[in-house]
Amino acid sequence: MQAAAPQPRPLLEVKGLQKRFSGIVATNNLSLDVRAGETHALIGPNGAGKTTLIAQLQGELSPDAGEIWLNGRDITREPAHRRAHLGIARSFQITSVFPQFTVLANVALAVQAQAGHGFKFFREAWKDPALTAPAREAIERIGLSHRAETHAEDLSHGERRQLELAMALAMKPKLLLLDEPMAGMGRQDGQRMTKILQGLKQTYAILIVEHDMDAVFALADRISVLVAGAAIATGTADSIRNDPAVKAAYLGHGS
Amino acid sequence: MSASLFIEQLLNGVQFGVMLFLISAGLTLVFGIMNLINLAHGALYMTGAFLAAAFIKITGNFFLAAVLAMALTALTGAAMEWIVLRKFYGRDHLDQVLATFGLILVFNDLVRLIWGVVPVQLRLPGPFSGSVPLMLDVQYPAFRLLILAVGLLVALGLYLVVVHTRIGMWIRAGASNRPMASALGVDVGLVFSLVFAAGAALAGLAGLMAGAISSVQVGMGEPVLILALVVTVIGGIGSIRGAFIAALMIGIVDTFGRVLLPPALGSMVIFMLMAVILAFRPKGLFPVHA
Amino acid sequence: MPDISKHAASPPAAVLAASWPILVLLAALALVPALSAAVDNPFLIRLFTRVVIFAIVAAALNFVLGFGALVSLMHAAFFGIGAYVVAIFAFHDFDGSPLWIFPGTSNLAVTIPLAVVLTGLAAALTGVVSLRTSGAYFIMITLAFNQMLFYFFVALQKYGGDDGLQILSNLDFAGLNISKRVTFFYVSLGVLAASLLFFGRLVNSRFGVILRAAAQNERRVIALGISPLRYKLAAFVISGAVTGLAGALWATGQQFVSPSDLSWVRSADFVVMAVLGGMARVWGPVLGALVIVLLEALLPGLTLYWQLPFGLIVILIVVYLQGGLADLFGKMRPAAGGGH
Ligand SMILES: Nc1ncnc2c1ncn2[C@@H]1O[C@H](COP(=O)(O)OP(=O)(O)O)[C@@H](O)[C@H]1O
Ligand SMILES: [Mg+2]
Repeated sequence: MQAAAPQPRPLLEVKGLQKRFSGIVATNNLSLDVRAGETHALIGPNGAGKTTLIAQLQGELSPDAGEIWLNGRDITREPAHRRAHLGIARSFQITSVFPQFTVLANVALAVQAQAGHGFKFFREAWKDPALTAPAREAIERIGLSHRAETHAEDLSHGERRQLELAMALAMKPKLLLLDEPMAGMGRQDGQRMTKILQGLKQTYAILIVEHDMDAVFALADRISVLVAGAAIATGTADSIRNDPAVKAAYLGHGS
Repeated sequence: MSASLFIEQLLNGVQFGVMLFLISAGLTLVFGIMNLINLAHGALYMTGAFLAAAFIKITGNFFLAAVLAMALTALTGAAMEWIVLRKFYGRDHLDQVLATFGLILVFNDLVRLIWGVVPVQLRLPGPFSGSVPLMLDVQYPAFRLLILAVGLLVALGLYLVVVHTRIGMWIRAGASNRPMASALGVDVGLVFSLVFAAGAALAGLAGLMAGAISSVQVGMGEPVLILALVVTVIGGIGSIRGAFIAALMIGIVDTFGRVLLPPALGSMVIFMLMAVILAFRPKGLFPVHA
Repeated sequence: MPDISKHAASPPAAVLAASWPILVLLAALALVPALSAAVDNPFLIRLFTRVVIFAIVAAALNFVLGFGALVSLMHAAFFGIGAYVVAIFAFHDFDGSPLWIFPGTSNLAVTIPLAVVLTGLAAALTGVVSLRTSGAYFIMITLAFNQMLFYFFVALQKYGGDDGLQILSNLDFAGLNISKRVTFFYVSLGVLAASLLFFGRLVNSRFGVILRAAAQNERRVIALGISPLRYKLAAFVISGAVTGLAGALWATGQQFVSPSDLSWVRSADFVVMAVLGGMARVWGPVLGALVIVLLEALLPGLTLYWQLPFGLIVILIVVYLQGGLADLFGKMRPAAGGGH
C-alpha cells in the first residue's frame, strides 16, 4: 500500500525511453506523461516514431532503455497481454480485427479477454449474455449496432476503425492508445469519429496519434510534438501553435 | 571407442554431413527466396540417382554419367518449377505442403514405371572402388573420401558464388528481402529458376553419390528430405552458412549417436538436438529474416 | 459447425439444418453392417471401419488445422503411439512378462484411457517446442517429430521393430468382447459421433473462439490481453489425445501395429483428408476420410501405379477445391481465416 501522494501521479509516465532499429533511433530519450482523464495528442511527421512509441507502451515492442509506469507501477517489462489486463488498450494504425468474425464476435472476444476464463470448453461463447451484453453496449456506444451481425471483412474502412475502437472500449481500459483512428477516412467519417471520441473524453485517459489538426485541436487537452523520436515540445493547443521550434520543425512543412 | 574407430566414424559423420548439405542447399535457398516449402526436393535426389544408374549403363563411365545425370536432374527441377511450383508462390504453406506431397507420389510412381521396383546397385568407378590406408592403420573406402572432397568443394564453390558474385548478391537480396530485391531491378523470377535448377542438380549429385554407397531405390528421397528439413530449420531458413554448419552437426551427431547410444535413442538424437536448439532459437542458428 | 453470426441467433432447428449432411452421413454409415451382411462381403465392414477411424483422426487434426491454422504433420505419430500402447500392453499380457514394473493387460478399459493420456503427454512435450515457432517452421518441426517417433518404434526390436507387432491375446473391454466386427464397427462409429459432438462444442466455446481468433490475428489477440500459446498448446494436446484414441481403436480392430502406422506419408494423408473434406466445418474431414480411404482402396485395383493418379488428384484438389467437399452443401467462410 502506498501513501497517497499530495499531487496525484499521472496515470502514465514515460521516462527516458529509447528504441533503436539497426541504425535508426526511433525513440530518443523520450519522456511524457498522460494524466487521468486527459486526452493527450501526439503529433509529428511521418517516421517520427509515434507508432513505435505506442507499440512500446502497449508492450508489443520492448524499449532498449527507459521506464514506463502505469498507475504508479513499473510496467516496462510486463508482456503485452498483462498490460491489457492492467488497463492499456490499443487501436492499431493499420486496422487489426478478426476478419472472419462478426462485429459482435470481435467485441465479445475483447470482453472475454478482459474477463479471463479462456478455459471454458462447453458453453457457447456467443450465446453467453455475460459476453454479448457488454459487447452490444460497446458497439452501441460507437454507433455500430446496425452492423453487429456483419463479418468484419465486409465492413467499410471507416466501420472497421469504429470496430477497433469498440474492441478497445470493451476491454474496460484506463488508457486508450489510438494510433491515427481517422487515417484513411473521408471527411464525414472523420467528423463522426471526432464526435465519438469527444464522448469518450474524461471517461478514459487517451493518448491519440493524429494528423488531422482540426481533430487534434478539437480533442486534445495537451499536445506533444515528436520529431526524430524525441518530444520537442509539450503543452496546450495554444502554446504548441505558437511554439517557434514546433513551427520550424513540423507545422512549417505541409499542414 | 578406439582412436581409429573414432577417426573412421568422424569421417563418416562429416561425409554424411556434406551430403546433407548438398541436399539442403537448394531447399533452404528456395525457401528463403520464394518462401516455398518443397517436400518434393527429395524426389530430385532420387531422380539424380536413377538417372546416374541409367547413364552408367549407357556410357559405362561413372563420371560422365554423373555429369549427365546432374544436368538432367537440373532440367527436371526446372520443369517441376515451371509446371507446378510457380502456381504456389503466393499460396500459403498448407497448399504448398499438399501440392508437393502430391508431386512426391507422382515422382515415385513415374520412377517405378520407368525403372521398376528392384533396388539398383551403382558400380563404383574403378580407381575409387577400393579402400585407402589412412594414418593409424585406418582403412577407409576411397569413394567415401571422394564424396567428402566433392562435398567440401561444392560447399566452397557455393560460398564463393553466394558471397562474391553478382548473382550471389541477387540471391542474398532475394532471400532477405524479396520486394526490395525486385525494386532494385533484380529479376527475382529468373534468379529463382536458376537457383531451383542448381539446387536440383546438387540434390541429384547427393542422390547419385548416396546411391553409389548404398543402393538406388524408389522412396529413397523421403527420409533424406526430412533430415534436410531438419538441417534447414536448425541452420535458419535461407542461410547457406547455417545449412552447412547444421548439416555437419547433424551428420556427426547422427553417426556417433548410432554408434554410442542404444538404438531407440540413437535414432532420435538428432531430432532432440533440433528440439533443444529451437527451444532457445526458434528461428534457427543463423536467421536470415529479421 | 455453422458460422457465428447465424449461429449466435439460431434456434436448434437452424443448427440441425446446418449440420444435416453429417447426420445423413452417420446414418448411412450405421447401415454398413446390414449392407455388408446382405451382400455377404465382410470386406465392406472392414473398409468402413477404416473410414470411421481415419475420420476421427481427420476431425481431431482439423480442430487444430482448420480452426487453429496449425499445420501438423505429426498426427500419424500420435495415431501410432495410441496403437502401440494397446499392442504393447497386450504383448506383455500374452507374454506374462511385466512392462518395467507394470503387468501387461488386454483390458481396453485400462489401455485405451492410458493410450489417450500418453498420447496427450507426447503432444504436450512436442507441442511445447513446436508451438513456440510458427508457420513453415512449425510444419517442418512437426514433420521431424513424426519421423523421430517413427524411428523410435522401428528401433524397438523387442516389439517387432520394422516388422510390427501382432496382438495375440484376446482384447476385451472390462470383460465385454468388442472385437467382433459388427460390434467394433458400432463402437468406432460411436466414438466418431462423440468426437464430432465434442469438437462441435469446443469450437464455439470461449476456448475455441480464442483458438480461432489467434489463427486469424495473433497480434490482436495478445493486444486484447490473451497469451495464445497456452490455448494452442491445450488444443494441440486435445487433438493429439483424440488421435491417440483413434490409434488405440485401430490396434484393436487390426490386431496388429507397425511403424508404417506412423509413417509421415500417413500424416500427410490425414491433412489431405481434412483439406479435401473442408476445414471450415467440424464434420468436413469425415467426407475427406471417406473419399480418400475409398480411393486408396479402389485405385490399386485399377492400376499398379495408383499413386500417380492419386498424387495428381491431390494437386488438383489444392489448385481447384479451396473450400473442400463440404462446400457442396453451402459455402462457408474459413473457420480460422488464415491464408486462403
Ligand atoms: N520494425 C521496424 N524495424 C526497423 N525500423 C522500423 C521498424 N518500425 C519502425 N521503424 C522505423 O522507425 C521510424 C519510426 O517509425 P514509426 O514509429 O512507424 O513512425 P510514425 O508512426 O511516427 O510514422 C521510421 O524510420 C521507421 O522506418
Ligand atoms: Mg505511425
